[in-house]
This record gives sequence, structure tokens and C-alpha cells, in this order.
Amino acid sequence: MKKFLILAAMLSAMPLLVQAEDGGAAIHGLMDKYKAEGAGPFSAEAGKKMWTTVIPHEKKGEMFTDRSCATCHNAPPTTPGKHKKTGKEIAPMTLSSFGINKKTGEKEPRFAVEKKVRKWFKRNCKWTYGRECTPQEKGDFLAYFKSL
Amino acid sequence: MRKVLLFTVLMMFSHQAFAEDFFANLLRFKGVAPVKNDLYEEGCSECHYAYQPGLLPKRSWEKLMLPDELEDHFGENAELDEEDRVEILNFLVENAADTSFYKRSSKINRSIPDDVVELRITEVPYIKRKHQPMTDKYVKNNPKVKSLINCNACHREIDKGIFDDDTILIPNYGYWSELDDD
Repeated sequence: MKKFLILAAMLSAMPLLVQAEDGGAAIHGLMDKYKAEGAGPFSAEAGKKMWTTVIPHEKKGEMFTDRSCATCHNAPPTTPGKHKKTGKEIAPMTLSSFGINKKTGEKEPRFAVEKKVRKWFKRNCKWTYGRECTPQEKGDFLAYFKSL
Repeated sequence: MRKVLLFTVLMMFSHQAFAEDFFANLLRFKGVAPVKNDLYEEGCSECHYAYQPGLLPKRSWEKLMLPDELEDHFGENAELDEEDRVEILNFLVENAADTSFYKRSSKINRSIPDDVVELRITEVPYIKRKHQPMTDKYVKNNPKVKSLINCNACHREIDKGIFDDDTILIPNYGYWSELDDD
């Protein structure tokens, strides 16, 4: 009977475990890759600082002097953000938050798919800073999200 | 010969499913092709409605999907993996307005001068003309619409490639076909 109860408890806890693992599932793999590129150790504190840092840059003759991550994601990014131009709602950057997959309409855990994280790092670093982020910066950002 | 024809027509309508197919086929080429591609929808609808490829001609998609253009996609960075970029480009080109038999795609295509590579769907002459009655109160100042780029805010059958007047429901106002706007 005791064994059965333990088994039942384990089974009922499984969905919770799976869900908890889903959000942020891509983070460790990505951090390992950044380390392989010579970065690390990563600091949540450095990520937090960078989050509100403005790096003035020029693109196609236009100067951008007011863009930081917080422009669209808030600081700290624990509440839903809003795209500066389109107003699109952006899910918080916490590991436990969910975005909505526009195609399926289903909830999607944050940082679950490596390809998506890479895609948005590339796009958003270039939009914000006018250049790609270094592996160190990206690792620091991920450490920051983990600490939220 | 007449008997054969009569027989055929009778056969067509004698079975309901067949009759439905028959009418569905008659309607089939009215709007724009409701084609789908997982990668396109997944990648592009993160930011905006995944506009049907039949809304722009081939040359427009080819330019929009150049790596340099994607890097500055109407002011936003929309860069893609090279592999994804090529697959999406192929999907768009294969189903573009100038390769489509659909009525609205043909009208779109014919309305654009040959020497123009239009990058904005909202600037296509046919589409622009069709949206002339859409004044600021319906779009720009309507918090649930905001811009003409949000096609699906009003075009309720857009996923099927249908843009007919009676499928237009303007948030906060109602069905376009029932609105008195003179």
C-alpha cells in the first residue's frame, strides 16, 4: 500500500516536474555554447546592468540614442512588455512565464526553444545596440533572467 | 448531346456533397489563395499577421526577403536563419500574386505598374483604393485596429483568403456592409 501511494504521488507530480523544466529548457545548452566560445562565468548582476544600458549607434544615417532592452521589455522585465512601435504585447522574461504562439494560439514556455532564443538575441541586440551581443553579454542576460 | 448534359448536371446535384463541391469550386478562385506554410506562419506571425503570398507579386517578395532588407524590415530587425529565409522565400514566390489564378491576386497584380517593386501591401494601388473609405476613426484611432497592416482585425475570413465586403467586421463599429458611412 505504501509503495502504491508513493508511486501515485510520483505520477501525480510528474506533470508539474515536466512543466517546471519546460520554461528555460534552452538556457543551459546555450550557456554551454557561449562558454565553448570563451565566455563565462556569467553574472546576473552584469545582465541586469546591461539591460538598461543605452549604446548610442548610427544606422543608415540615423542616430539611435534612447534604445535599451527596457524600451520594450520593462525593467525589471517581470511584467508584460510592449513593442515600442507596434504595441505588440511581449511576455515577461521570467522562466516561468508563457508567450502565446500566434500560429497555434497555444501557450509556449519562455526560453524553451534554443533556435528562438538565438533568433531574438540576434534581432534585438542589433535593434538595440546596432551590433550583435557578445557570448558573454548573452550569457549574462540569461543569468539575469534565471535570477528573476 | 443535350441528354448527356442534363444527365451530368442531374448527377452533380443528386448528391449533396457533390453539389457542395461544385459550388465550392465555383467560389474557389475569388479571393486570394489561402495557402499555408508552417515555417512562414511560425516565423512571421510572431510579429504580424502572416499575409498571404498572393497579396504581392513575386518581385516584391524577392526584395523583401533579401538579407539586407530583413535586417531593416520597416524599421525592425527581422533576420532569419539562411535556411529558413530560403524556404520562406520559395513559399512566397511560388504563391505570389502574379503566379495566382485567384481574382483578387490578379487585380492586385494588374494594379501595380511593371516598373514598381511595391514593398508595402497597403500601398498596392488596388488595395489602397479599396481602403479609401477606411478613415482614421475606423483604423488609426480605433484601438482594436490601429493600422491597416492588421488585416485580420476586420477581415474575419482572411484565413480562408476571403475579403468580401460582408466578411468585414470593424471592431467598435460593426459589419461594414451594414454601416451608413456617407
